[in-house]
Amino acid sequence: MLRYVLRRLRHTVFVLVAISAISFFFIHLSGDPVMLMLPADASDAEIEATRRQLGFDQPLWVQYGRFVAGALSGDLGQSLYYHVPVLDLVLERLPASLELTVAALAFALVVSVPMGILAAVKRGSMVDFLGMLAALFGVSMPHFWLGIMLILLFSVTLGWLPTSGRGGIEHLVMPALALGMSLLAMFARLTRSVMLEVLNLDYVRTARAKGLPEIVVIGKHALRNALIPLVTIIGLEFGFLLGGTVVIETVFAWPGLGRLVVQAIFNRDYPLVQAVVLVLAGIFVAVNLVVDLLYGLLDPQIRYRDGKETA
Amino acid sequence: MTAADDDLPLAAPRRAAPPLLRALTALGAELRRHPSALAGGAILLAIVLTAACFPLLWPVDPLAQSLLERLQPPAWQEGGGWAHPLGTDNLGRDVLARILHGSRVSLVIAGSAVLVAAVAGTVLGLLAGYHGGRLETAVMRMADIFLAYPFMLLTISVIAVLGTSIANLVLVLGLSDWVIYARTMRASVLSLREKEFVQAARAIGTTDGRIIRRHILPNALSPILVLATVRMASIIIWESGLSFLGMGPPPPTPTWGRILAEGRSYITDAWWLVTLPGIAIMLTILSINLLGDGLRDALDPRVRNSIR
Repeated sequence: MLRYVLRRLRHTVFVLVAISAISFFFIHLSGDPVMLMLPADASDAEIEATRRQLGFDQPLWVQYGRFVAGALSGDLGQSLYYHVPVLDLVLERLPASLELTVAALAFALVVSVPMGILAAVKRGSMVDFLGMLAALFGVSMPHFWLGIMLILLFSVTLGWLPTSGRGGIEHLVMPALALGMSLLAMFARLTRSVMLEVLNLDYVRTARAKGLPEIVVIGKHALRNALIPLVTIIGLEFGFLLGGTVVIETVFAWPGLGRLVVQAIFNRDYPLVQAVVLVLAGIFVAVNLVVDLLYGLLDPQIRYRDGKETA
Repeated sequence: MTAADDDLPLAAPRRAAPPLLRALTALGAELRRHPSALAGGAILLAIVLTAACFPLLWPVDPLAQSLLERLQPPAWQEGGGWAHPLGTDNLGRDVLARILHGSRVSLVIAGSAVLVAAVAGTVLGLLAGYHGGRLETAVMRMADIFLAYPFMLLTISVIAVLGTSIANLVLVLGLSDWVIYARTMRASVLSLREKEFVQAARAIGTTDGRIIRRHILPNALSPILVLATVRMASIIIWESGLSFLGMGPPPPTPTWGRILAEGRSYITDAWWLVTLPGIAIMLTILSINLLGDGLRDALDPRVRNSIR
């Protein structure tokens, strides 16, 4: 187990270094960043001064080394637009994005798992058919469009909910719903198909034969095994959630990282874009590390041999 | 993703007809047993044909402005007319023409991106799986990094630097999506490599190139086909999202996402501007998903029994 954890940690560090390198070199992909930072009519002397001031006159690998050294001590550079350290900006917006992401994930899980179980247990029934039809529509809807439709219905027509901003629960409902819907649909479909598979297995039949109440058979024996693929998908789809916040936060004017990064792109504030990407990628990698380690708790069969157990 | 680890649908190819053609014919026969997939395929075909031929059916300029006719509702609502069946936008442009144009843009971008991703992923996965060794390690390491980099953030950060153009979008969307194909392909190849008919081919001195072409590719292609369908849906959604954010094809190209973004300012007066393009996207994605579900059922024997 310990060896497995260490190997996963080493892998995580490797991935983070690679990601930081990729995001760093992206910014230099377009040529000279200084040209993009200054107004078009800047004089040669100004350009040269800025270049020296920001360290762009150094070789690329020196710049990257500096960037990494800075990142390790919590300094991801200055925002070109706001003129404050980008990390401060990111940390200020992070709670709003996490709130939205967690709410969306919670909403998706709370609805989808019972829905998928019900559909599997009542396979072939009207409940199953309607549930899966709804799920098909759910995965086929762009989340930002769903967000606009919710605004049209609940804010414009009914006047029940505020269209934008962050505040109480009434602000959170629509963005979380819009962001979580396609995950909900996907989880429901997955839960159903995994449950169908599990319900046919011998140990479920044994549990039933022992005369255990159906609720125990499904809730304890079947569900526990159905959770494993679900947890994997949550880890992978967390990236989707983080990316989805970029669009959803714009729709609902939610003051999170997504809106920050969109504005940063239009302001050509590259250090800020880079910082947001790095922080979000870091969260994503961390979530997947946790998911990998969770397997051990969920599935006693996985004993973390030193083979290749890829998720 | 280990969609097709060991049990692949097709056995060793027999003689006659090219293996690829035969695989496709078998697929067609299998699909006939899935009515919902056929329905999805039919709707998708209709959408593709419309996107290809709409200038013949509705030859209206999607960019022609007419301020006198601005914000006209669809024909069936009071104040609307058949000159603009789906109404007009804030500049008096015809919404139907804009949505039709948007379908072409979306399908071309998503189709090309899927092609880029599928070809790149298939080739890399094939080489990694067939040759193994350092090449395999390098490809799979690269795949790990791409997997850890949230797809949408990758596209956003590249677009931020490269700027928006259709070519950039295709490249970025395609290159950020190759991993899933490569992993699937590698898994297929690893199991096929050990199959008797491949061993036999090698024993009689068949060249690597011929083994790959005749024995490996035809048998490993069906999971790739399923993947391509599923990913096409995701890429269309993401392309419309990027367009919505203003990072899609540059203006004035009408795209589904841009119509939605522009219509959002008029949400209180013009429901059709924010509703209809979304329905177009949803219909397209729905048909692709129906087709994809059917393809997966038809091609993956493991789920064939459990689903439906």
